Amino acid sequence: MSIRWKRLLPRYLVLIVFMLIVLLPIWGMLMSAFKTDTQIASSPFTLPETLTLENFKQAWTVGKFNIFFKNSVIVTTAVVISSVFLSTLSGYAFGQLPMPGKNLLFPLMLLGYMVPFEAVIIPLYNWMDALGLRNTYLALILPQIGLSVSFGTLWMSTFFENAPRELVDAATIDGCNRWQTLWLILWPLAQPATTTLIVLIFMWTWNEFLLALVMVQTEAMRTLPVGLAFFQGKYTSNLSLMAAGAIIVALPTVLIYVIFQRFFIRGMLGGAIKG
Amino acid sequence: MKTGRHSYPGENKWKGLFYLLPALLIYLGFTFIPILETFRASFFDWNGFTEARTFIGFKNYINLFSDPLFLKAISNNLVFIIFYSIIPILIGLMLAAILTGQPIPGFGFFRTVFFLPQVISMVVVGVIWRWMFNPVSGPINQFLSLIGLDHWRQAWLGSFEYALPAVGSIGTWVQYGFCMVLFLAGMQRIPTEYYEAASLDGANGIKQFRHITIPGLKSEIGVAMITTMIAALRVFDLIYSTTRGGPGDSTLVTGFLIYRAAILNNRIGYGAAIATVLTIIILALSLLIRRFMAEEKEPA
Repeated sequence: MSIRWKRLLPRYLVLIVFMLIVLLPIWGMLMSAFKTDTQIASSPFTLPETLTLENFKQAWTVGKFNIFFKNSVIVTTAVVISSVFLSTLSGYAFGQLPMPGKNLLFPLMLLGYMVPFEAVIIPLYNWMDALGLRNTYLALILPQIGLSVSFGTLWMSTFFENAPRELVDAATIDGCNRWQTLWLILWPLAQPATTTLIVLIFMWTWNEFLLALVMVQTEAMRTLPVGLAFFQGKYTSNLSLMAAGAIIVALPTVLIYVIFQRFFIRGMLGGAIKG
Repeated sequence: MKTGRHSYPGENKWKGLFYLLPALLIYLGFTFIPILETFRASFFDWNGFTEARTFIGFKNYINLFSDPLFLKAISNNLVFIIFYSIIPILIGLMLAAILTGQPIPGFGFFRTVFFLPQVISMVVVGVIWRWMFNPVSGPINQFLSLIGLDHWRQAWLGSFEYALPAVGSIGTWVQYGFCMVLFLAGMQRIPTEYYEAASLDGANGIKQFRHITIPGLKSEIGVAMITTMIAALRVFDLIYSTTRGGPGDSTLVTGFLIYRAAILNNRIGYGAAIATVLTIIILALSLLIRRFMAEEKEPA
């Protein structure tokens, strides 16, 4: 063994141990989704003997995860598209355009990024209740957009502030108005920033729990995380079914994460650092 | 932010406002005004249904300090700070220390896994760990039997004694990878010459870690501390999907108490007062992050 490997091996061992601690519970849940309850109890982490999708079929139909999935897709799509579009406009306003009161409006928007959902949930619940809007998609979508544009505005304004000045000037000289400069010149350059924003807002919305828990009473309007929580209360002993449900909830975010990892980690760390 | 720097001659000085307005209106209506309304509601006694709300000044706040439920919840949040913040940062630093120096081939794969708990719904994390901690068939008790520690088996999440540390350790599981990735990103900024020079001067690994790595990671440690503390203060989904505050009130946290009081029991003013206290603590911590970052002048 080379000296280099002798030095690397202990590091790998420590890394592997801590990685296994993260991975094993997730792996076990994934495997459980393909087994029966007795198989899970006897050998939790082994590969399933037969590859059956029976648990997923059951969760999807009997557990009504088909409905929860549809609700989550509708809410998340609406929130991501509107938030990213509105944040691009507002970020552009802060980063590039003349506007009165920037110094006041910026911290105002920043506040929303820092407060927890607990700070807004009580009045939102009372208002939506009074307006008869509970159990509607709007009650799930609008507050989520409100919080998302707060972060989105900060995120996009950083991009627009640092956009090359000469390019914007050149576009103006060539006769672009502000709207055209945004969409024809800057928007194509903003793809990395936009991608990060899309994946972050996607993840936050898909995983949002408190808002959906409070706003929705009927089973037909539940999103995936709330559906799973109630499912857990109801089928508490049926682990294989619950595992399949959990995988259905987690799979989309994990897939997006694996595909867009670079953007994800940059956004999470950048978001934390931007504060 | 410099106002008007970007305007062209003859351009409408209000132009930006038209672009900002749609986002601003939604933000005001569904975030900012609700924040103010929560604050206002905390000065009233109100059940949420009747028209009559009674102004009681600071009484909700004063009552909080003699309210055993609130005190229990806030002290549990403080315990969670140990599990969500302090332990993960120590693990993250330890891993970062081990990885100091030459690059580790294949590290990208490890990083992917370490970050994974950050992207999974906390309800799913709750389902996973309720299974792990299951008293009869859960892998943790099975493992304890396997290595001959039968007497260590517990009804983890159902035990007055162990439920809080058990749920807390789930937080550790979620956060340590994040801390590690954050620290490793920061360590790339520390010039390798520092370590080389230190080695030449005879400083050992521990000394190098204390005098080069830790000071170099000052801002990352600050960020990790504050974001994980905020996570510990906000914890709700995980409690809902594991113990719902039980057994008894042994895992009750402020987030869950707000939900229980204001939404389930219609004690709006009381819930709003707790929400306001929680928000102020979180805001103060968030401002601290910004202070940290401003000092370091780091590109985000």
